[in-house]
Amino acid sequence: MRWSNRLIAAGLLLISLFAVAEQETLIFDNDTLRERYLDLTQQLRCPKCENQNIAGSNSPIAEDMRNKTYELLHLGYSDDEVVSYMVDRYTEFVIYQPRLNWGTVWLWLGPVLALLLGALMVTWLARRSGTEPPDELSDDERSRLQTLLDKDS
Amino acid sequence: MSKRLVLFMPLVAIAAMMALFAFALLTGVNPQEMDSALEGREMPAFRLTDVNDSQRTLTEESLDGEPYLMNFWATWCPSCKFEHPYLNSLASEGVRIIGVNYKDDRELAVTWLRDYANPYDIDVFDPNGDLGFELGVTGAPETFFVDSSGIIRHRFQGPIDSALWENKLKAVYDAME
Repeated sequence: MRWSNRLIAAGLLLISLFAVAEQETLIFDNDTLRERYLDLTQQLRCPKCENQNIAGSNSPIAEDMRNKTYELLHLGYSDDEVVSYMVDRYTEFVIYQPRLNWGTVWLWLGPVLALLLGALMVTWLARRSGTEPPDELSDDERSRLQTLLDKDS
Repeated sequence: MSKRLVLFMPLVAIAAMMALFAFALLTGVNPQEMDSALEGREMPAFRLTDVNDSQRTLTEESLDGEPYLMNFWATWCPSCKFEHPYLNSLASEGVRIIGVNYKDDRELAVTWLRDYANPYDIDVFDPNGDLGFELGVTGAPETFFVDSSGIIRHRFQGPIDSALWENKLKAVYDAME
């Protein structure tokens, strides 16, 4: 490789290092806090942009929510408390995992109920067709059947 | 016969679901629409300054008294410019409007209010969007309908125009005490 090429390569490497460094400007008291921050910003949904979490969105409100998450974590809020804080202001729209209440309980009960209903239907149908009594053969038919069977063998 | 009816039940269920999806698709249900978490709750506590006077402190108690609209606006927001003349005419009709200058620059805000007239009874300056965050604001313009005891009755996202006001929002405002 020629010197000029090496120089260009080194320059590009330096630029890419700066690009990485620019994203990571937050300073955390410890690594646990950093992990909880990363985890929470993945879990919270941006209220302005339908299918992005606040970690992945560049919208101003997502940025505000990231900053608030950072601030609350350093104030000693638990993960649940941070989520509640956001839900109190931005409704359950901002959480991907729905909370259990009378409106959402059907998400869990629905499939179970559907399965139960299906099982009941299947057993009911099976029993009905199983219980139809076979027709009794008369003596005439019995002897005819016997002759047929005999003839075959 | 009833057995055949039972066998048709899954088909009926699917038809019902398709009807539901068709309804959502055809009536244009907006998946981005989000209810306000604040409706029915009290105006949150805040401590900010006046747009026109950085020495003057404003709190939630500064707003008490009569029902009001709290309008979040900014000079960087094109829809706010569109909305502004209508807010002026509402104010001239006696509607009390509190302005919250949201994530903006004080100088720009003062110039704007001088150039385009000021419909606001009180001008709150919220440069970091703190009050906005407390109220679950996601952008500007956004307008809250607050009654005389400081309870938030309604939240409207987007610019208000005369049609919206006459058809929907006036009734909400008139119902407040």
